[in-house]
Order: sequence, then structure tokens, then C-alpha cells
Amino acid sequence: MTATSLTSTQGAGRTGDKIFSGAALAAGCLILAVLFGVALFLVVQAIPALTAPAAEIQGGAGFFAYIWPIVIGTLIAAVIALVIATPIAIGVALFISHFAPRGLAAGLGYVVDLLAAIPSVVYGAWGATFLAREISPAYNWLADNMGWLPIFQGPASATGKTILTAGIVLSVMVLPIITSLSREIFLQTPKLHEEAALALGATRWEMIKMSVLPFARPGIISAVMLGLGRALGETMAVALVLSSGALTASLIQSGNQTIAAEIALNFPEASGLKVSTLIAAGLVLFVITLAVNMIARWIITRHKEFSGAN
Amino acid sequence: MSKRIDVKDLNVYYGDFLAVEDVSINIEAKSVTAFIGPSGCGKSTFLRTLNRMHEVIPGARVEGEVLLDGDNLYGNGVDPVTVRSQIGMVFQRPNPFPTMSIRDNVLAGVKLNNKKISKGEADVLVERSLKGANLWNEVKDRLDKPGSGLSGGQQQRLCIARAIAVEPQVILMDEPCSALDPISTLAIEDLINELKDQYTVVIVTHNMQQAARVSDKTAFFNIAGTGKPGKLIEFGDTHTIFSNPVEKATEDYVSGRFG
Repeated sequence: MTATSLTSTQGAGRTGDKIFSGAALAAGCLILAVLFGVALFLVVQAIPALTAPAAEIQGGAGFFAYIWPIVIGTLIAAVIALVIATPIAIGVALFISHFAPRGLAAGLGYVVDLLAAIPSVVYGAWGATFLAREISPAYNWLADNMGWLPIFQGPASATGKTILTAGIVLSVMVLPIITSLSREIFLQTPKLHEEAALALGATRWEMIKMSVLPFARPGIISAVMLGLGRALGETMAVALVLSSGALTASLIQSGNQTIAAEIALNFPEASGLKVSTLIAAGLVLFVITLAVNMIARWIITRHKEFSGAN
Repeated sequence: MSKRIDVKDLNVYYGDFLAVEDVSINIEAKSVTAFIGPSGCGKSTFLRTLNRMHEVIPGARVEGEVLLDGDNLYGNGVDPVTVRSQIGMVFQRPNPFPTMSIRDNVLAGVKLNNKKISKGEADVLVERSLKGANLWNEVKDRLDKPGSGLSGGQQQRLCIARAIAVEPQVILMDEPCSALDPISTLAIEDLINELKDQYTVVIVTHNMQQAARVSDKTAFFNIAGTGKPGKLIEFGDTHTIFSNPVEKATEDYVSGRFG
């Protein structure tokens, strides 16, 4: 009867296995269902705007003419935020993980995490009332001295409520996300690889270049993409800081608008086709975020052979 | 291209804890010296103090002198980075840089400190180092593949190639075969025999047969009990240590009557 005991599937552990795999499967399916539900809602609600005659859409030139300036505006704000935040975040994370004395590192890490706990409306208020005012002399200087660059073309905004200010506020908001994740990854660098570099006669910075940064590269990309997600979707801070308007190349004049702020500012008074237009704008934002994340995945997997996972 | 190491009255501390007490030892140039002893007796810790790698561990510090051909490694103004480029190290587990190709792994140490090297010179150096580590024939057709794709024994030889590419005076090996199978171990032992023609080699091993096979001199470390410092019990010709040791503790350990 050995055969039957081998084929019997009864056992105390089996039930637990089934419950666990069922729960895990359900959780996975739930995520997909929610994502699909949101996408479906956006598409269904957006169809009227996408199919309406051009003249009925706000601006009178069709949905595409309405959406592309604010898509560009969204990307500009997010790119400014990342260009400023990424190097600072990686620097702070490296300082915390590899340079600071242990006591200071813990304190600093805590303070950076606190930045993430500040509500976005507070950032918005700070940006609109303080940063914009303080930074406008710098904009004047940029307009005077670097005005030949289209992005710094004058005259600079007198209030300082420009897309550059919005980008700077966003960079402060995404800084803690990128810093925290990068710091965790840096701390996980195998001691083995750090010692390999040091034993070859590497200085601390060379050790970081040789072992820490290559190991952390996929993690840094993921962290930056999470930050980008936040910067693309951030609504309140941009709505408060930016004095919006038509698409302009200059970052120091008022003008430009982001999708999220556009939706937030217009939604309360919208009705009918206008609602549909705004939801269609939301759909576009959704697609952009999805595309950005897929590109990030692709970048990470492209170097899989050298990732150390094998 | 090899130098001797003389250690005088060296104490190693972790914070306030004395880990290794009062070691004095003279390591000859162009020879293989083995450190043996039970786990936790401080032989790996002591090995690390020979190229200041112990400084990576928070709180670790030493008192005493380590002289590399008369120059104190712990003298004023001595940069640990310079020390480590003169005294290379091979670790217990193979640790090639996973994001680098085999070729870049070999060149990793050479490219440090902003040193520039032409492609031709690099090719020569890669071939010479890999041949020196008995790895050339196995990897010459896949130099641009990642080092992490090699077997454990090959990875360890790659690490040795990386260490000898910078032409150090001394090579320290911290249980280099403990993660390897017997055939790979044999390959490394053969290599150690060849390395001593050019380099001073110091090896920590748990395998007494290995110490007997590869080393010219053997140092036996022991520890009186948990929380006590490790000490150098006996140091002499490998043959003497294994056949006719002076100390009772050494005899007990090498004959297997201990721990």
C-alpha cells in the first residue's frame, strides 16, 4: 500500500497552501481588475470628447489641439523636477548610506522621510507665496543674461509663478521618494563587492562607482520612475503655484499647464462634454504614465545579463 | 616584485574588545605562509590587518606595527588605498563584479586612480593576468561575457587574475577554496604554488591538508575560550608544525584531537 500513501494528497499543510495560493491569486487578480476598471471608465467616459466635432471642444479646434499643449506642459514640469531631484537624491542617499557617521545618517534619513509626509497643498502654498516671490529676481537675471536661450526668454514673470517654479516645487516633493528608495538599495549592496573594490586599492568614491552604483542601477531607475509618476500626477501644488496659460517655450514666463492641474481647476464647474474632455485628458495622463513605466522596465531588463542575478 | 612582512606586537580590537593579542610574525618574501586554527581564533581578522581591510568593519582598530619591507603600514600619513594596491586580497567567496565583463573585471584595479591604459596594453595585461591565474584557455573566447556566468572555481581564479593584474607585492587569501569543489580547489592550489615564484602569499585555511600541501611556513592561532583574545601559538616550517610541533596545543590541533 505504499503506492496509495504516495498518491494521497491529504495532509495538514495542504489546506494552508491552498488558502495561501488562493489569497495570493485573488490579490493579484484584484490589482488587474482595478486597473482594468479604471481604464474602462476612462475610455467610456472619454469617448464623447474623442468623437465630438472639433468646434465643440474647448478651444474650438478639436481634442488633439486641446490636449497636446498640456501634455507638453506636464512633461516639462516633470522633467524639470527629475533633473533637479535625481542628482540631489542620489547624493543624499549615498551620503546617508556610505559617508555619514551612523548617528547623523539615521537622523538625516528620518528628516528626508518627513519631507514625504508634508501634504501637497502645503507645498503648493509655500511655492505660491514664498518660493515664487523669492525666486523671481533669479528669473530676471536669467532673462537678462541667458535670454538668448529660448527656455530663458524674457520678460520674466513678475510674480515668479512659472512652470520652472512649479518644477522646483515638484522636485522637492519627489526628492524623498527617490532618496528613500535609493538609500535602501545602496545599503543592500553586497559587502563582498564593496570589499572586492576596496581590496584592489579603490578610494571610497571609486568603490561606489565600481560596486554600489552598478548594483543599484535598476533600483535607481525604478526610484526615478516612481518619482516621475508622482511628478506627472501631482495636482494641488502645480494648481496653486503655476499661473497657467498657453504653451510657451520660456520656463520663466507665466504660461503652460499640466494635465492634472487642468483637470483639478476646471472639473468643479464643468458639465456635459467638458467633463468628458477632462476625463479624456485623464486618460492621456494614464497612458503617459503607463508608457513611462514600460520604458523603465525595458531599460532595466535590457542589461539583465550583467545584473548579477545569474 | 615581492616584499616581506614583519609584524611587531600587534593587537587588534573591535571597539573595546581585544580580538587578537600580541602577534609578532615574520613573513618571508616569495613564500607561502598559511594561517591555521579553529573558527573564531582571529586568523582572518589578523589577515585583514595586513592590508588594512579590517578598517571596513566599524570599530576595528589595531595597535602595533606591520612593516612591509621596513615601511610601517600604520605610520603617519600612510593611505590605506595605497597599502591595498600593494597588498592584494582574495576572499572566501568569489566576488567578481557582476556588472562587468571578464575583461573589465581583470582591468578593474588597473583602471583605478584615473590611470589610463591603451587598448593594446590592456589586451596584453588581460592575457598575462588570466594566464597567470590559469584561466586564459577557459575564457579567452568570451572575454566580453559577464564574470558572474563562470563556475565558482573559475570565478575565484578570475578574482586572483584581478588581484595580480595590479602587480601587488603580497597576495592575501582568506579561505579561498572553502566555497569550491575539490577539483577547483586543486586548480587554486596549483596556482598558489606558481604564484610564490613572484609573490609573497599568505593564506588562511581551515583545511589542514591544504596548509600542508601549499605552504612553506605555517602559523597556528588558537583561542583560550569565548570572549578571550586569539593568539599566535606557534609559527614555523610547515613540515615541523605538522610532524614535530613544539606546543602541545598545536599537536592536538593538527592531529585532530582538538575541537
